[in-house]
Amino acid sequence: MTRTTTHRLSEFIVGLLFGWGLLISGMTDPGKVIGFLDLTGLWDPSLALVMGGAIAVGFFAFGAAKKRTHNFLGGALHMPTSSDIDKRLILGALLFGAGWGLAGFCPGPGIVSMAAGQPKAAVFVVAMLAGMLVFEWMDRRGRRALIAV
Amino acid sequence: MTIDWNHFTPWASLVGGILLGLASALFILVNGRILGISGILGGLLTLKRSDAGWRAAFMLGMLAAPATLAWVVPSDLLSAPRIEAGYALVVIAGLLVGFGTRLGSGCTSGHGVCGLSRLSPRSLVATGSFMAAGFAMVYVMRHLF
Repeated sequence: MTRTTTHRLSEFIVGLLFGWGLLISGMTDPGKVIGFLDLTGLWDPSLALVMGGAIAVGFFAFGAAKKRTHNFLGGALHMPTSSDIDKRLILGALLFGAGWGLAGFCPGPGIVSMAAGQPKAAVFVVAMLAGMLVFEWMDRRGRRALIAV
Repeated sequence: MTIDWNHFTPWASLVGGILLGLASALFILVNGRILGISGILGGLLTLKRSDAGWRAAFMLGMLAAPATLAWVVPSDLLSAPRIEAGYALVVIAGLLVGFGTRLGSGCTSGHGVCGLSRLSPRSLVATGSFMAAGFAMVYVMRHLF
Protein backbone atom coordinates (compact mmCIF):
# COMPACT_ATOMS: atom_id res chain seq x y z
CA MET A 1 0.00 0.00 0.00
CA THR A 2 1.22 3.47 -0.77
CA ARG A 3 1.46 6.08 1.97
CA THR A 4 -1.56 7.97 0.67
CA THR A 5 -3.68 4.80 0.54
CA THR A 6 -2.80 4.03 4.18
CA HIS A 7 -3.79 7.55 5.17
CA ARG A 8 -7.09 7.58 3.26
CA LEU A 9 -8.00 4.10 4.52
CA SER A 10 -7.32 4.98 8.17
CA GLU A 11 -9.34 8.21 7.88
CA PHE A 12 -12.21 6.27 6.30
CA ILE A 13 -12.13 3.70 9.14
CA VAL A 14 -12.13 6.41 11.82
CA GLY A 15 -15.14 8.07 10.13
CA LEU A 16 -16.89 4.69 10.03
CA LEU A 17 -16.20 4.00 13.74
CA PHE A 18 -17.42 7.48 14.66
CA GLY A 19 -20.63 6.96 12.67
CA TRP A 20 -21.19 3.60 14.38
CA GLY A 21 -20.65 5.27 17.76
CA LEU A 22 -23.29 7.87 16.97
CA LEU A 23 -25.80 5.22 15.87
CA ILE A 24 -25.18 2.86 18.82
CA SER A 25 -25.20 5.67 21.40
CA GLY A 26 -28.63 6.84 20.20
CA MET A 27 -27.39 10.32 19.24
CA THR A 28 -28.90 9.92 15.76
CA ASP A 29 -32.30 10.06 17.46
CA PRO A 30 -33.17 13.76 17.92
CA GLY A 31 -35.76 12.70 20.51
CA LYS A 32 -32.93 11.48 22.76
CA VAL A 33 -30.99 14.73 22.38
CA ILE A 34 -34.03 16.86 23.13
CA GLY A 35 -34.92 14.44 25.95
CA PHE A 36 -31.54 15.24 27.52
CA LEU A 37 -31.91 18.99 27.00
CA ASP A 38 -35.41 18.95 28.53
CA LEU A 39 -34.38 19.31 32.17
CA THR A 40 -37.82 20.30 33.44
CA GLY A 41 -39.74 17.62 31.51
CA LEU A 42 -39.21 13.86 31.20
CA TRP A 43 -35.40 13.75 31.31
CA ASP A 44 -33.34 11.18 29.35
CA PRO A 45 -29.80 11.15 30.86
CA SER A 46 -28.32 9.03 27.99
CA LEU A 47 -26.30 11.89 26.45
CA ALA A 48 -24.35 12.31 29.70
CA LEU A 49 -23.17 8.70 29.40
CA VAL A 50 -22.23 9.22 25.74
CA MET A 51 -20.06 12.22 26.66
CA GLY A 52 -18.69 10.47 29.75
CA GLY A 53 -17.70 7.35 27.79
CA ALA A 54 -16.12 9.38 24.99
CA ILE A 55 -14.17 11.69 27.30
CA ALA A 56 -12.98 8.79 29.49
CA VAL A 57 -11.20 7.34 26.43
CA GLY A 58 -10.27 10.70 24.91
CA PHE A 59 -8.63 11.95 28.12
CA PHE A 60 -5.91 9.28 27.93
CA ALA A 61 -5.48 9.60 24.17
CA PHE A 62 -4.98 13.37 24.29
CA GLY A 63 -2.72 12.99 27.32
CA ALA A 64 -0.54 10.68 25.21
CA ALA A 65 -0.82 12.94 22.15
CA LYS A 66 0.46 15.98 24.09
CA LYS A 67 3.73 14.13 24.79
CA ARG A 68 4.30 13.19 21.15
CA THR A 69 5.77 15.24 18.34
CA HIS A 70 4.50 13.06 15.46
CA ASN A 71 1.46 10.90 14.75
CA PHE A 72 1.76 7.11 14.31
CA LEU A 73 2.03 7.52 10.53
CA GLY A 74 4.98 9.88 10.97
CA GLY A 75 3.20 13.14 10.12
CA ALA A 76 2.45 16.24 12.14
CA LEU A 77 0.14 16.32 15.17
CA HIS A 78 -2.30 19.13 14.43
CA MET A 79 -3.24 20.20 17.96
CA PRO A 80 -5.44 23.30 18.20
CA THR A 81 -3.34 26.42 18.82
CA SER A 82 -6.03 28.93 19.75
CA SER A 83 -6.87 29.40 23.41
CA ASP A 84 -8.83 32.64 22.92
CA ILE A 85 -12.12 32.89 24.77
CA ASP A 86 -13.74 35.69 22.79
CA LYS A 87 -17.09 36.93 21.46
CA ARG A 88 -16.85 34.79 18.30
CA LEU A 89 -16.45 31.62 20.36
CA ILE A 90 -19.33 32.34 22.71
CA LEU A 91 -21.75 33.80 20.16
CA GLY A 92 -21.01 30.93 17.76
CA ALA A 93 -21.58 28.31 20.49
CA LEU A 94 -24.83 29.99 21.57
CA LEU A 95 -26.19 30.03 17.99
CA PHE A 96 -25.15 26.41 17.52
CA GLY A 97 -26.79 25.38 20.81
CA ALA A 98 -30.03 27.15 19.85
CA GLY A 99 -30.13 25.26 16.53
CA TRP A 100 -29.23 22.01 18.29
CA GLY A 101 -32.11 22.39 20.75
CA LEU A 102 -34.52 23.38 17.98
CA ALA A 103 -34.39 20.12 15.99
CA GLY A 104 -32.14 17.82 18.08
CA PHE A 105 -29.47 17.48 15.37
CA CYS A 106 -25.81 18.41 15.65
CA PRO A 107 -23.49 18.05 12.61
CA GLY A 108 -22.35 14.39 13.02
CA PRO A 109 -25.74 12.80 13.74
CA GLY A 110 -27.29 14.95 10.97
CA ILE A 111 -24.87 13.50 8.40
CA VAL A 112 -25.23 9.91 9.63
CA SER A 113 -29.06 10.15 9.73
CA MET A 114 -29.02 11.52 6.20
CA ALA A 115 -26.98 8.48 5.13
CA ALA A 116 -29.55 6.28 6.89
CA GLY A 117 -32.19 7.77 4.59
CA GLN A 118 -33.96 10.28 6.86
CA PRO A 119 -35.39 13.02 4.61
CA LYS A 120 -35.50 15.61 7.43
CA ALA A 121 -31.84 14.92 8.21
CA ALA A 122 -30.97 15.53 4.54
CA VAL A 123 -32.77 18.88 4.67
CA PHE A 124 -30.94 19.68 7.92
CA VAL A 125 -27.54 18.91 6.32
CA VAL A 126 -28.27 21.07 3.25
CA ALA A 127 -29.33 23.98 5.50
CA MET A 128 -26.23 23.43 7.68
CA LEU A 129 -23.95 23.58 4.62
CA ALA A 130 -25.73 26.78 3.58
CA GLY A 131 -25.14 28.24 7.06
CA MET A 132 -21.45 27.33 6.78
CA LEU A 133 -21.20 28.99 3.36
CA VAL A 134 -22.87 32.15 4.71
CA PHE A 135 -20.24 32.19 7.45
CA GLU A 136 -17.38 31.75 4.92
CA TRP A 137 -18.75 34.60 2.83
CA MET A 138 -19.21 36.97 5.78
CA ASP A 139 -15.84 36.02 7.24
CA ARG A 140 -14.01 36.74 3.96
CA ARG A 141 -15.86 40.01 3.46
CA GLY A 142 -15.10 41.00 7.05
CA ARG A 143 -11.40 40.25 6.61
CA ARG A 144 -11.23 42.19 3.34
CA ALA A 145 -12.97 45.13 5.05
CA LEU A 146 -10.37 45.00 7.84
CA ILE A 147 -7.51 44.99 5.31
CA ALA A 148 -9.13 47.90 3.44
CA VAL A 149 -9.27 49.94 6.67
CA MET B 1 -37.00 16.41 37.31
CA THR B 2 -38.41 13.04 36.28
CA ILE B 3 -36.22 10.44 34.57
CA ASP B 4 -37.55 9.14 31.24
CA TRP B 5 -36.88 5.45 32.01
CA ASN B 6 -38.63 4.31 28.80
CA HIS B 7 -36.05 6.01 26.60
CA PHE B 8 -32.96 5.94 28.84
CA THR B 9 -30.37 3.61 27.24
CA PRO B 10 -27.41 3.57 29.67
CA TRP B 11 -25.47 0.65 28.15
CA ALA B 12 -25.94 1.48 24.47
CA SER B 13 -25.07 5.11 25.15
CA LEU B 14 -21.99 4.21 27.18
CA VAL B 15 -20.75 1.73 24.55
CA GLY B 16 -21.49 4.20 21.74
CA GLY B 17 -19.73 6.95 23.68
CA ILE B 18 -16.64 4.77 24.18
CA LEU B 19 -16.61 4.16 20.42
CA LEU B 20 -16.76 7.93 19.80
CA GLY B 21 -13.84 8.36 22.20
CA LEU B 22 -11.92 5.57 20.47
CA ALA B 23 -12.45 7.16 17.05
CA SER B 24 -11.29 10.54 18.42
CA ALA B 25 -8.26 8.83 20.00
CA LEU B 26 -7.30 7.09 16.75
CA PHE B 27 -7.72 10.28 14.74
CA ILE B 28 -5.36 12.34 16.89
CA LEU B 29 -2.79 9.57 17.47
CA VAL B 30 -2.76 7.88 14.04
CA ASN B 31 -3.67 10.78 11.76
CA GLY B 32 -2.71 13.73 13.95
CA ARG B 33 -6.10 15.40 13.50
CA ILE B 34 -8.82 16.69 15.81
CA LEU B 35 -12.06 14.81 15.19
CA GLY B 36 -14.45 17.74 14.85
CA ILE B 37 -17.26 17.23 12.35
CA SER B 38 -18.06 20.91 11.71
CA GLY B 39 -14.38 21.69 11.14
CA ILE B 40 -13.81 18.72 8.83
CA LEU B 41 -16.92 19.55 6.81
CA GLY B 42 -16.39 23.32 6.84
CA GLY B 43 -12.86 22.82 5.53
CA LEU B 44 -14.23 20.94 2.53
CA LEU B 45 -16.32 24.00 1.61
CA THR B 46 -13.29 26.27 1.31
CA LEU B 47 -12.24 24.08 -1.65
CA LYS B 48 -8.55 23.87 -0.79
CA ARG B 49 -7.32 20.94 -2.88
CA SER B 50 -4.35 20.23 -0.61
CA ASP B 51 -6.33 18.89 2.33
CA ALA B 52 -9.60 17.78 0.75
CA GLY B 53 -8.48 14.12 0.61
CA TRP B 54 -8.45 13.31 4.31
CA ARG B 55 -11.65 15.27 4.92
CA ALA B 56 -13.48 13.42 2.14
CA ALA B 57 -12.17 10.00 3.28
CA PHE B 58 -13.45 10.64 6.81
CA MET B 59 -16.85 11.85 5.56
CA LEU B 60 -17.25 8.80 3.29
CA GLY B 61 -16.59 6.62 6.34
CA MET B 62 -19.37 8.38 8.24
CA LEU B 63 -21.75 8.05 5.29
CA ALA B 64 -21.01 4.31 5.13
CA ALA B 65 -21.82 3.84 8.84
CA PRO B 66 -25.58 3.11 8.76
CA ALA B 67 -25.45 0.49 5.97
CA THR B 68 -22.42 -1.33 7.41
CA LEU B 69 -23.67 -1.32 11.00
CA ALA B 70 -26.93 -2.88 9.78
CA TRP B 71 -24.92 -6.03 8.84
CA VAL B 72 -23.76 -6.47 12.44
CA VAL B 73 -26.39 -4.93 14.72
CA PRO B 74 -30.14 -5.56 14.27
CA SER B 75 -31.94 -2.24 13.84
CA ASP B 76 -34.36 -2.89 16.70
CA LEU B 77 -31.39 -2.60 19.11
CA LEU B 78 -30.81 0.98 17.93
CA SER B 79 -32.89 4.00 18.99
CA ALA B 80 -35.39 4.74 16.23
CA PRO B 81 -35.23 8.43 15.26
CA ARG B 82 -38.03 10.60 16.68
CA ILE B 83 -38.03 13.90 14.78
CA GLU B 84 -40.62 16.27 16.19
CA ALA B 85 -39.56 19.40 14.32
CA GLY B 86 -41.26 20.18 11.01
CA TYR B 87 -39.34 21.04 7.84
CA ALA B 88 -39.35 24.81 8.47
CA LEU B 89 -37.80 24.38 11.92
CA VAL B 90 -35.30 21.86 10.55
CA VAL B 91 -34.11 24.44 7.99
CA ILE B 92 -33.73 27.17 10.64
CA ALA B 93 -31.94 24.69 12.92
CA GLY B 94 -29.55 23.71 10.11
CA LEU B 95 -28.69 27.33 9.30
CA LEU B 96 -28.02 28.11 12.98
CA VAL B 97 -25.92 24.96 13.45
CA GLY B 98 -23.88 25.57 10.28
CA PHE B 99 -23.21 29.26 10.95
CA GLY B 100 -22.75 28.87 14.71
CA THR B 101 -20.31 25.95 14.58
CA ARG B 102 -18.07 27.78 12.09
CA LEU B 103 -18.17 31.06 14.05
CA GLY B 104 -17.49 29.21 17.32
CA SER B 105 -14.89 26.88 15.69
CA GLY B 106 -16.49 23.61 16.72
CA CYS B 107 -19.44 21.49 17.72
CA THR B 108 -20.25 18.59 20.04
CA SER B 109 -17.34 16.51 18.71
CA GLY B 110 -14.54 19.07 18.39
CA HIS B 111 -15.27 21.12 21.52
CA GLY B 112 -17.43 18.65 23.47
CA VAL B 113 -15.43 15.42 23.09
CA CYS B 114 -11.90 16.38 21.93
CA GLY B 115 -11.73 19.77 23.67
CA LEU B 116 -12.94 18.52 27.05
CA SER B 117 -10.70 15.43 26.74
CA ARG B 118 -7.64 17.64 26.39
CA LEU B 119 -8.88 19.92 29.21
CA SER B 120 -9.06 23.03 27.01
CA PRO B 121 -10.64 26.01 28.86
CA ARG B 122 -11.70 27.44 25.46
CA SER B 123 -13.65 24.27 24.64
CA LEU B 124 -15.12 24.15 28.14
CA VAL B 125 -16.55 27.65 27.65
CA ALA B 126 -17.87 26.70 24.19
CA THR B 127 -19.46 23.46 25.48
CA GLY B 128 -21.03 25.26 28.44
CA SER B 129 -22.40 27.91 26.07
CA PHE B 130 -23.97 25.54 23.52
CA MET B 131 -25.38 23.32 26.27
CA ALA B 132 -26.92 26.35 28.00
CA ALA B 133 -28.44 27.56 24.71
CA GLY B 134 -29.75 24.04 24.03
CA PHE B 135 -31.38 23.79 27.47
CA ALA B 136 -32.92 27.25 27.01
CA MET B 137 -34.21 26.51 23.50
CA VAL B 138 -35.86 23.23 24.55
CA TYR B 139 -37.42 24.93 27.57
CA VAL B 140 -38.88 27.64 25.33
CA MET B 141 -40.10 25.20 22.65
CA ARG B 142 -41.55 22.58 24.98
CA HIS B 143 -42.79 24.53 27.96
CA LEU B 144 -43.50 28.09 26.85
CA PHE B 145 -45.20 27.43 23.50
